[in-house]
Amino acid sequence: MPSDDRPMSTPMSTPMNTPMSTERTEAVTTLDVARIRGDFPILSRRLADDHPLVYLDSANTSQKPRQVIDALRDHYALHNANVARAMHQLGAEATAAYEGARDAIAGFIGAPSRDEVVFAKNASEALNLAANVLAWADGDLRVGPGDEVVITEMEHHSNIVPWQLLCQRTGATLRWFGLTDEGRLDLSNIDDLINERTKVVSLVWVSNMLGTVNPVTEIASRAKQAGALTVVDASQAVPQLPVDVSTLGADLVAFTGHKLLGPTGIGVLWGRYDLLAQLPPFLGGGEMIATVAMERSTYAPPPSRFEAGTPPIAQAVGLGAAVDYLSGVGMEAVAAREQEITAYALKRLAEVPGIRILGPTEAIDRGGAVSFVVDGVHPHDVSQVLDSRGVAVRAGHHCAKPAHARFGAQSSVRASAYLYTLEEEIDALVEGLEHTRSYFGVA
Amino acid sequence: MDLDALYQEIILDHYKRPHHAGLREPYDTETHHVNPTCGDEITLRVHLSGDTVSDVSYDAEGCSISQASASVMSDLVIGKTVPEAMGLHEDFVALMQSRGAVEPDEDHLDNPLEDRLEDGIAFAGVAKFPARIKCALLGWMAWKDAVAQATRKETP
Repeated sequence: MPSDDRPMSTPMSTPMNTPMSTERTEAVTTLDVARIRGDFPILSRRLADDHPLVYLDSANTSQKPRQVIDALRDHYALHNANVARAMHQLGAEATAAYEGARDAIAGFIGAPSRDEVVFAKNASEALNLAANVLAWADGDLRVGPGDEVVITEMEHHSNIVPWQLLCQRTGATLRWFGLTDEGRLDLSNIDDLINERTKVVSLVWVSNMLGTVNPVTEIASRAKQAGALTVVDASQAVPQLPVDVSTLGADLVAFTGHKLLGPTGIGVLWGRYDLLAQLPPFLGGGEMIATVAMERSTYAPPPSRFEAGTPPIAQAVGLGAAVDYLSGVGMEAVAAREQEITAYALKRLAEVPGIRILGPTEAIDRGGAVSFVVDGVHPHDVSQVLDSRGVAVRAGHHCAKPAHARFGAQSSVRASAYLYTLEEEIDALVEGLEHTRSYFGVA
Repeated sequence: MDLDALYQEIILDHYKRPHHAGLREPYDTETHHVNPTCGDEITLRVHLSGDTVSDVSYDAEGCSISQASASVMSDLVIGKTVPEAMGLHEDFVALMQSRGAVEPDEDHLDNPLEDRLEDGIAFAGVAKFPARIKCALLGWMAWKDAVAQATRKETP
């Protein structure tokens, strides 16, 4: 977890679409949630039976502000061309916009160099990229028989399956941290788990199911001592926390754009430049090469080496607008608000009888996703009744089956807030849950 | 949004008191089906006596719709011949694909759909909730798979 007193990262590009003309200050400003909501057209939707939308599924995907929607529309309406390979004026504009987005994201996450930001289509692709190039790397970086890869029991499937595949294909051994009853990492056997055979430690920063914020820097430091790389799934962290990859201690950090107010189809793998420079390509194709002959090819330096084919250009531009928007709001303020609304949700949910929260029940080192089960009512049925009242939550295993199994649950209901969430929406959830219990006769 | 159309009394009754639940002997084949989206699962056994479905037993974990559907399905198919039961399966799948508009069954006036599917007709409302159709089909798919395996077993 980053310390609170460190300076905020400053975007390299000028924020163009900031929602508020605030001066950037060290002090945490309080979010004007009502004003922020005005930037999100979808939040004024009314659903069946004229219920206002209560969107509590932001950990699944966030809603998009007008500034992002406008950036996408303007790109297609005015600047559309391929990047890097189109020599005409529009090509130059599209390339400038695409590379400008890379600058904005580098600034947003504190990357020392823009060339450390690799665009992928989502976090899953970014994590698969990491796992695959580590299987194919030369020398010490290569994961092979006898090596160990360490993950945790609270990972999203996208940070489990790529490492299972890596281990199956290379003969390496997969190991993992277990969880405490409170839903935190059980670090009691860290000395055994991270040892001289460990090649990679890959863990989630903020759990998408339990909400737990993990001590990434501490674990990365142990991994480094053991000579292992640390990969971080930051899909839920980058939207919620101020991020500075230069002090995080991780070697590779993956996240997705659509949970970060950006479009779908765009994700990011950040990597230390000297590491990226030693890694082989992932996908082969256009623009990832230096030169191609029929016999063999040579490859471009990072980040192009890892961006084969026409990239998601408009989506990258949209993500650039999204991080500019968040920079304008201030990530310290976003994090403080997330903490505040999560504490409120935990308090209100504790008042509903028959509810069991899976994960930390206090808003300490905790993100905004709150998963729970309702005694006597299956999560599907809970979400169905809530949906009939306009309250959108997620029901299921949230792509975290092992973490559910750890807590003896097949599935759960998950409510997840973001910077536009109001206390009244948490109240609507609680009223909906009370109605659900009475509808199914368990009240 | 008409929740009561989805959660018909018949469905909630089957959910609270599922028929033929619990795994039993003897059986010919056992299948395990999951809904990968939500994790709902069912382990289902089929016992055939000649051409007749003599028993269906199951252990299911899932929502009211998937649980009730397995209960109704077992009621319907036990005691039927395999072709009759497969016909009911087709009827139920067609009902799920109807988007909630069940057409009068002109071809079978003497034995219309609502008579053939008995309690199963209560699932007509599920067809209006696309996210729940897979729930209603989970038990049926496990049953069909188990019968197909049992029939293959018998054919030398």
